[in-house]
Amino acid sequence: MSAVVGEHHDDHHHGPAKGLTRWIYTTNHKDIGSMYLWFSFIMFLIGGTMALVIRAELFEPGMQIVDPGFFNQMTTMHGLIMVFGAVMPAFVGLANWLIPMMVGAPDMALPRMNNWSFWILPFAFALLLSSLFMEGGAPNFGWTFYAPLSTTYAPPSVTYFIFGVHMMGVSSIMGAINVIATILNLRAPGMTLMKMPLFVWTWLITAFLLIAVMPVLAGVVTMMLMDIHFDTSFFSAAGGGDPVLFQHVFWFFGHPEVYIMILPAFGVASQIIPTFSRKRLFGYPSMVYATASIAILSFVVWAHHMFTVGLPLAGELFFMYATMLIAVPTGVKVFNWVSTMFRGSLTFETPMLFAIAFVILFTIGGFSGLMLAIAPVDFQYHDTYFVVAHFHYVLVPGAIFSIFAAAYYWLPKWTGHMYDEALGKAHFWLSFIGLNLTFFPMHFVGLAGMPRRIPDYAMQFADFNMVSSMGAFLFGTTQLLFLFIVLKCIRGGKKATAQVWEGADGLEWTLPSPAPYHSFSEPPQVK
Amino acid sequence: MATQQSYYVPEQSKWPIIATVGLFLTLVGVGTVMMNNTQGTDPTTGWWMFGIGFTVLIYMLFGWFGSVAKESMAGLYSEQMDRSFRWGMSWFIFSEVMFFSAFFGALFYARFLAVPWLAGEGDGAMNTLLWPEFERAWPLLSNPDPNLFPGPKEVISPWQIPLLNTLLLLSSSVTITIAHHAIKKDERSKVKLWLAATVLLGAIFMGFQIYEYIHAYQYLDLTLSSGIYGTTFFMLTGFHGMHVTLGAIILFVILMRYMKGHFTPKQHFGFEAAAWYWHFVDVVWVCLFVFVYIM
Repeated sequence: MSAVVGEHHDDHHHGPAKGLTRWIYTTNHKDIGSMYLWFSFIMFLIGGTMALVIRAELFEPGMQIVDPGFFNQMTTMHGLIMVFGAVMPAFVGLANWLIPMMVGAPDMALPRMNNWSFWILPFAFALLLSSLFMEGGAPNFGWTFYAPLSTTYAPPSVTYFIFGVHMMGVSSIMGAINVIATILNLRAPGMTLMKMPLFVWTWLITAFLLIAVMPVLAGVVTMMLMDIHFDTSFFSAAGGGDPVLFQHVFWFFGHPEVYIMILPAFGVASQIIPTFSRKRLFGYPSMVYATASIAILSFVVWAHHMFTVGLPLAGELFFMYATMLIAVPTGVKVFNWVSTMFRGSLTFETPMLFAIAFVILFTIGGFSGLMLAIAPVDFQYHDTYFVVAHFHYVLVPGAIFSIFAAAYYWLPKWTGHMYDEALGKAHFWLSFIGLNLTFFPMHFVGLAGMPRRIPDYAMQFADFNMVSSMGAFLFGTTQLLFLFIVLKCIRGGKKATAQVWEGADGLEWTLPSPAPYHSFSEPPQVK
Repeated sequence: MATQQSYYVPEQSKWPIIATVGLFLTLVGVGTVMMNNTQGTDPTTGWWMFGIGFTVLIYMLFGWFGSVAKESMAGLYSEQMDRSFRWGMSWFIFSEVMFFSAFFGALFYARFLAVPWLAGEGDGAMNTLLWPEFERAWPLLSNPDPNLFPGPKEVISPWQIPLLNTLLLLSSSVTITIAHHAIKKDERSKVKLWLAATVLLGAIFMGFQIYEYIHAYQYLDLTLSSGIYGTTFFMLTGFHGMHVTLGAIILFVILMRYMKGHFTPKQHFGFEAAAWYWHFVDVVWVCLFVFVYIM
């Protein structure tokens, strides 16, 4: 390579620029990763506050705190913010921080586009949140925005919602393209695909899912936009369309989307459990193939969200069996995690606690998913709190616990300091208790028939709802402790070594702690 | 991997944030105009936002692509960088494929499931409970509720302008391939000629499409609001037309860059990316011709 490049690279090594423009103009994967993670945490607190509004209203039967219209806005915005604003950006932030370090790359493959992917998000969510103050209020049709609730009967703010979703889609697609290009093209010499850390593998597959389905989401919101403003009849039976078409297109996006939120979590668990078991991951190849199978199956199960909508019998059966099939590769994964721990020298630092809780509680969410997959009984569960319990069990102790686990696991690498272990454990146990108090009783009220998205309920559900609400406030306030722990860790603490954890294995642990501003200027050799 | 030399990591860049502001203003502007039109209020503010946002976007495109071209000309890009661009463009085109798939899916769903069900197929409930008079047909000239959605008088025949347009676009795929072969052999005047021919074919195609749209609106009552046939027809051909327009602009820019000597027989990924895009647009058209016009 020419001398120009060498020179160019040299003035790179001086570290980050100063001031605000460092963050606005940055092309550095660590800066961008940090911004994603902070953005995600802010959204987590905002979305969480909305959840607490919901739980406060549901603390006891009757209408007390908010009016039903606002309640609907809260359920909708809570879902949208948590899915698109908290969970997805958190995983993209982890990908940014970790993938270049894990594959031995200098940075992400397309650093400027990386910056663009991030900065779109605050604008998109500012737009979405601003709709709370618009005439007619924020979107109130549920995070799944079924037509015609989101078209004919929607508040005017739906138009901004649509363009906000477009912006999030642009951001996700560009982020995913960057991840794929980095993984396929920037691996260090010797790192073959089957030597990649599992977090990298799961993200490669997640990125593929993102590129495949975010355009479909863009398509479905575009159809809504046209139905609302240009009198098309995609979702209007009077013109020959069908409101059910909305659900098909939405869930063709929506089901892969839920795997987008869980596959990187699988990757995180597969990094952490071997470290604290001091053993290699059990069944690495089967983990890779299981992840790929889950991703492929996710494209042929979407209508299990629509069993009660009036599908033909053949459709009900196909989507029921296809959905159950997903339990097989997922079971392989759970088996491998447990086998990794089997006869290991286990220690229970905070990341490991979160990872073990992830395996157990995610499996509970998986089992309730299997129950929901059974079409004939889904007619009973559909749109009840049982569904709410199910997807919160896979998202909170699934996706979000894995994000906490990852944060504790890699914080020493990021900041150069160990976090406060006692506080970390307190955060874990309070979160663990809080979330089970919140979501476990929802199984019972759901099975008994309490409908979701309704601000009032019948007397017999009062006790369980009170428990849920108390758990929610415990879980919610506990997250401020997490904020404190992270800030404390950034400001100081015990110096972290390069390897940080005794059993840790992988390229990121060969770099000093804190990791230098530019990861690998010279690619390392992988044997 | 012999090409693992120092990979070019660009310095700080102002373009992404400019792009964000431009995108934001453009989309909020468009949204505001649509809301105002639907509510019957004054859309001036929206138009201003859109205008400013769009100008910023154009400025960004010149600036960002300009700096990428300069870096490439300065020899900063390795073969590995080239591969990053290739992966990037390939997956971008895949995302476009999925976008069109959503609309094709809607077309097939409406035609093969929704319309038959509305006409009484299956258990017949949708027919007896909603519009018992409704009968199945495709193209759908009479909608379930003709008062809300008056149907078209007639639809576009595939064997006139659409057939001609198919020939035009298919030949444009040939002309761009000739240009590509010429660029590899460094036959400069041949490149310019065939690239210009491709842009011209694209422009003529668009001319015919616009003519067809005017004809449909004025004489056939085939509009966006004439029921599901018009909806799927205009959305699919409309998005395709937007892509042809964009593709032709990209090819034109590539032609200008070629004239300035930006490409060498060995290194001309900008040209290839534009050609990939053009072929993609071509394939979409063939699907449109078969599934929207003929069948």
